[in-house]
Amino acid sequence: MTFLGMPPFPQAAREALGDTQLRRNLAHATATIRAKRAAVVAEVPEWEELRRAGAAIKDNTLRQLDRHLLRLERSLTDHGVTVHWARDAAEACDVVGRIARSHGVDEVVKVKSMATQEIGLNEALAAQGVTAWETDLAELVVQLGDDLPSHILVPAIHRNRAEIREIFLSKMEGTDPELSDEPAELAAAARRHLRQKFLSARMAVSGANFAVADTGTLVVVESEGNGRMCLTLPEILVSVVGIEKVVPTWADLDVFLQLLPRSSTGERMNPYTSTWSGVTPGDGPQEMHVVLLDNGRTRALADEIGRQALRCIRCSACLNVCPVYERTGGHAYGSVYPGPIGAILNPLLKGVGTDAQTDSLPYASSLCGACFDACPVRIDIPEVLVHLRSQVVDVRRGPRPHAEAVAMKAASWTLARSGRLRIAERVSAVFSRLGRRRLPGGRRAVTRLPWPGSLWTDARDLPAPPAESFRKWWRRDERS
Amino acid sequence: MNARDEILAAARGALAQARSEESEVPGVHRKPVKLPDLVGLFVERVADYGVVVRRCAESEVAGAIAEALADARTVAVPDGFPHPVTGPAPSGPRTADAVVTTVAIGIAETGTVVLDHGPGQGPRVFSLLPDIHVCVVRGDQIVPGVPAAIAGLDPLRAQTWISGPSATSDIELDRVEGVHGPRSLRVVVVDA
Amino acid sequence: MKVALLVTCVNDALFPETGKSVVRLLRRLGVDVDFPDAQTCCGQPMVNTGYLDEAVPVVRTFAKAFDGYDAIVTPSGSCAGSVRHQHGIVARRGNDERLAAASSKVFELSEFLVDVLGVEDVGAYFPHRVTYHPTCHSLRMLRVGDRPLRLLRAVRGIDLVELPAADECCGFGGTFALKNTDTSVAMGADKARHVRETGAEVLVAGDNSCLMHIGGLLSRQRSGVKVMHLADVLAGTEGER
Repeated sequence: MTFLGMPPFPQAAREALGDTQLRRNLAHATATIRAKRAAVVAEVPEWEELRRAGAAIKDNTLRQLDRHLLRLERSLTDHGVTVHWARDAAEACDVVGRIARSHGVDEVVKVKSMATQEIGLNEALAAQGVTAWETDLAELVVQLGDDLPSHILVPAIHRNRAEIREIFLSKMEGTDPELSDEPAELAAAARRHLRQKFLSARMAVSGANFAVADTGTLVVVESEGNGRMCLTLPEILVSVVGIEKVVPTWADLDVFLQLLPRSSTGERMNPYTSTWSGVTPGDGPQEMHVVLLDNGRTRALADEIGRQALRCIRCSACLNVCPVYERTGGHAYGSVYPGPIGAILNPLLKGVGTDAQTDSLPYASSLCGACFDACPVRIDIPEVLVHLRSQVVDVRRGPRPHAEAVAMKAASWTLARSGRLRIAERVSAVFSRLGRRRLPGGRRAVTRLPWPGSLWTDARDLPAPPAESFRKWWRRDERS
Repeated sequence: MNARDEILAAARGALAQARSEESEVPGVHRKPVKLPDLVGLFVERVADYGVVVRRCAESEVAGAIAEALADARTVAVPDGFPHPVTGPAPSGPRTADAVVTTVAIGIAETGTVVLDHGPGQGPRVFSLLPDIHVCVVRGDQIVPGVPAAIAGLDPLRAQTWISGPSATSDIELDRVEGVHGPRSLRVVVVDA
Repeated sequence: MKVALLVTCVNDALFPETGKSVVRLLRRLGVDVDFPDAQTCCGQPMVNTGYLDEAVPVVRTFAKAFDGYDAIVTPSGSCAGSVRHQHGIVARRGNDERLAAASSKVFELSEFLVDVLGVEDVGAYFPHRVTYHPTCHSLRMLRVGDRPLRLLRAVRGIDLVELPAADECCGFGGTFALKNTDTSVAMGADKARHVRETGAEVLVAGDNSCLMHIGGLLSRQRSGVKVMHLADVLAGTEGER
């Protein structure tokens, strides 16, 4: 689920921040979607109640996950669907590849799906001689551009219209060289390109937004109609579904089908939602498979604080409101799950202490809390971030602590007794005449410090320490 | 252990202590909603998606359908479609310019029509391939919101929920209408 | 009611004037505030960086220092949030529930003034053009809402102007400012730009740590905009200025 060879977040972010075009694309796109979401959420007086309901339904389901999965398996089987289980990405890709090869299929069309991105299905199928065509417009842009996704909902959010036009002209066969960069024309070009694929493909691969245990219903929420094409026209349909996507009953969907579109695209309802409960004779694919995917989800489930991340319905509202994401974009997170949810989901699915990139993600946040307010299922992302930071620190504890750990131990020792702090303050007062710059109001400021102080002063002035701490003033003035 | 048993065991083990807890699910949103003008709101919300909506009396349906099909040369008409369709030549769903269908339910708050592909609606491919989709909704099929729709629909039937024409916001998050699904959705609302 | 001042380590060591302002303001309003000398820090720098073991002794000192007080007032939304929402986490780590004893007694300054004392007009005078940044932890962790603004609107002589994109984080974030310094500065630069757009002479907020970050950028840009804590504005009266 993480991109190979990605540097830790701070480094990747530094590069992204230097890309002014990217910054502009992101600022424009996130501002647009934030305004739309705010408007449609404000229309719903019981929004907070809906959020609580969404969170409670997911929590209750996760507590009995094994039961609901068994129920789902039975319902699906009863309706003619073959159910497969996959512990990890390799097992899941293997199942899909085997189904394709057993039917002599060498081309599949794909509905946009986070689960198949997570397991790297396209690459795995390619290795088995099967070509997977992404049919969502943004996924197509990413695939054709040999690029990486940078947003959950709009994987090509980092690209503007001119860049997309260039990609189509150079990579999409038969594109008219007169193509303009008007979004409507670009979308029409993709429509022409993909129509043939839809009509000829024998097999489709999808994910599912929800899987209803008691009816075996899968739900796919989309906008363009590419999903409907894939779910309707081919003979064979394989759906890769994370085990946390299960909801107990059809009635539970009333909560999520209100929460998801308003949070995600900022619409009262997305253009198309398809639901199906197994095979319908004479209508749609006549052979169906569901792959139930773990890939770290049971690991996340075992984390008492972190398990709330499994409520996530992949709406991407947290990305759109995140001031860090807005500036760095998604690639800096090094995963198909970027932004605040990615900063907790990746370490939860993979576990901390295995690689520096994953361990850097819980720190990729100022803990401002905008993500929690936007989350339709009330995932307390800041709480989980802080929790995961403690896991990262604990897993690295050892006989030879690094500089940060030493500094924290020293701070802890100093702050454990007020007498020690008083001495530290007396020492720092020595530097009160440091710095030549004057802040408005006349106080001295330091403009350059050696490392690690340079991490601050490279961009920011720092007020010089006062000659007298508060505590000293109080002793002198007040406690006399 | 095989994958299935291992995943199920892991899910059980992960929650050893918390299994008996139960979070209360608030239900205010499921309380029956009474909207003063259900059909009016539906018409307004469908139109918000840029859809042409025509509200008419039972006696005017055939004319309204013909008007909605004015720019189509061929039309696919599913079995069981209850209204006369005049004008364009009949055709199959893979070749027709347009399709006419009834619906299972209309949702006022979100301006959504839901097809469950029963009589008059055709299999899913009918309402998918033609470029123009004309939907006929009876006033008494309109429910206030999503909860009422979910309660009124049969989950065992394949469903297609449609809210406006096919659209994408994938380019700079600007909404573009008409990608893979029908590029034009036209709705006729029949006052019952 | 026995009221204690939690001055916070940042104010104690770097911004003592803010502590003095709180004392002056509360006394003016008839509150006899005490400063428990054994206090040091709420432990937030350790907790938010993941060092829970290191936070335990600090929070233990905190709990002891404030034992016996009915209310704790602090000129920091962030530290109030830490006491209210994080001391429980530290208590679990330290296996000692007494470490969370202060959680329910702590008030951020604007909460204490408006909710406990029931005042909005504190008799302040500040004849300057001011814009207000609602720091994240006051806004989203404590939910202080518009309490600080209500206090500011009642200040005589003030010309209060709205800050664009006010509720967006300034990018300070504690050790985030050092660990992800580039992102932190990028966020702060936008905040500083919004501040300058208002034409305000003074930027006011309820947290000196955020102000140290924004002010550090404003100073580097030679903007001439002064940053001041809410307490420093509220403490001033006409006679003194």
